[in-house]
Amino acid sequence: MRNLVIFIWKHNFFFLFLIIETICMYLVVQNNYYQRASFINSSNTVSTSVLQTSAAIEEYFYLKSENENLAKENAELRSQLLASQFISSNKYDSVHKPALRQKYIYTEAKVVNNSTSRRNNFLTLNKGTSNGIKENMAVITSTGVVGQVQEVSENFCTVMSLLHSKTTISAKIKKDGSYGPLVWNGEGFDYATLNDIPTHVKLAAGDSIVTSPYSLTFPENIMIGTVESFQREAGKYFYTVKVKLSTDFKKLTHVYVVTNIFKEEQNALEEKTIKENKD
Amino acid sequence: MINEIIRNIIRFILLVLVQVLIIKNIELGRFINPFLYVLFIIVLPFETPKWLLLTSAFLLGISIDMFYDTAGMHAAATVFMAYIRPGVLKLFSPRDGYEFGTQPTIQYLGIPWFLSYAGILISLHHLVLFYIEIFRFSEFFSTFFRVIVSSIFTILLVVVTQYLFNRKAEQ
Repeated sequence: MRNLVIFIWKHNFFFLFLIIETICMYLVVQNNYYQRASFINSSNTVSTSVLQTSAAIEEYFYLKSENENLAKENAELRSQLLASQFISSNKYDSVHKPALRQKYIYTEAKVVNNSTSRRNNFLTLNKGTSNGIKENMAVITSTGVVGQVQEVSENFCTVMSLLHSKTTISAKIKKDGSYGPLVWNGEGFDYATLNDIPTHVKLAAGDSIVTSPYSLTFPENIMIGTVESFQREAGKYFYTVKVKLSTDFKKLTHVYVVTNIFKEEQNALEEKTIKENKD
Repeated sequence: MINEIIRNIIRFILLVLVQVLIIKNIELGRFINPFLYVLFIIVLPFETPKWLLLTSAFLLGISIDMFYDTAGMHAAATVFMAYIRPGVLKLFSPRDGYEFGTQPTIQYLGIPWFLSYAGILISLHHLVLFYIEIFRFSEFFSTFFRVIVSSIFTILLVVVTQYLFNRKAEQ
């Protein structure tokens, strides 16, 4: 025992190094695998107050393009108003009245921290649990998909950007509806890869890629990007499509967090079905 | 002595702020991520106790992690770098050891010595950091390329910073 203590004391530098390094690796692994809320992330108070000030200054540089985008979006929304539509059918009575119910709610949020140059990129938004934000909600902007909410604190949330190695988004070719998973292989902040598109689909450069209807998180038909090029992998009957992203991830300032009201209901039903079919 | 401690604390805060407010926002492309903050560990005095070396490296790494959303990654790499520092210093020591009261900087030991000393520490720091970040071997070569390019940029930044701020001390 005494010898052991002497040995450890003699090599205290090495053992201290081991202890600290173990703490570090514990933090890394816990954060990587379980993606748990960890106190060392940019939604804590110290770093957010600094980052918010920095973002507030940065915002002025993008004011012009942001205004243009908002104006464009306003025009588009205005054209979708009931008032700007024409009722072509005369059979507009209580029987044929469409029973519309709200499915998605959009919450406006501001980006206070953003990264695009790393392999796993994150954003921090200035909305949190106090604004009804929950984990795994979709984040979009007027030009397209941004990512998915990962951690939420009271007033902030972090978003796993589309530019992340673990992002998978169910995407489809707009013109014919064939769908596949969209991933980001680190090819730069303006490109992503769409896999598993069957070879009988007639693709052309410039085709629109949008979100598929099979996603619980994203509303259907949200723009993702356009086809840049595509190739058939040797020995496979699928295309791998290089997608030019429609969102400029370097200029994000305002985004929308999307709440799917029916998500929990649908999710619970599907899980129940899977469970019942297991036995 | 007290003076030296205060100087190092100020250097610590300044380097963290420069890293997270300026360098983090300068994007030089996908492969280039310089990390100037390691300069703090490089220029700590020769007489720094070893336990202090490791704990300050841990604090430095964790402060950077807070802003980069990378819990533990920078801390792990910086602590590793601090651990190998005494060995590297021994490897490059002049025949009669280092003069008392000097620091491991360009002005005391010259450019060739500093480049090899800082070069080794910075490359190993980046190597550990980028491989922990990627956490798998499937992108081995592109990560290795990132390590090399980023290390070169960090070394450049470190040398430039040395020239900018140590001139005053010479006069």
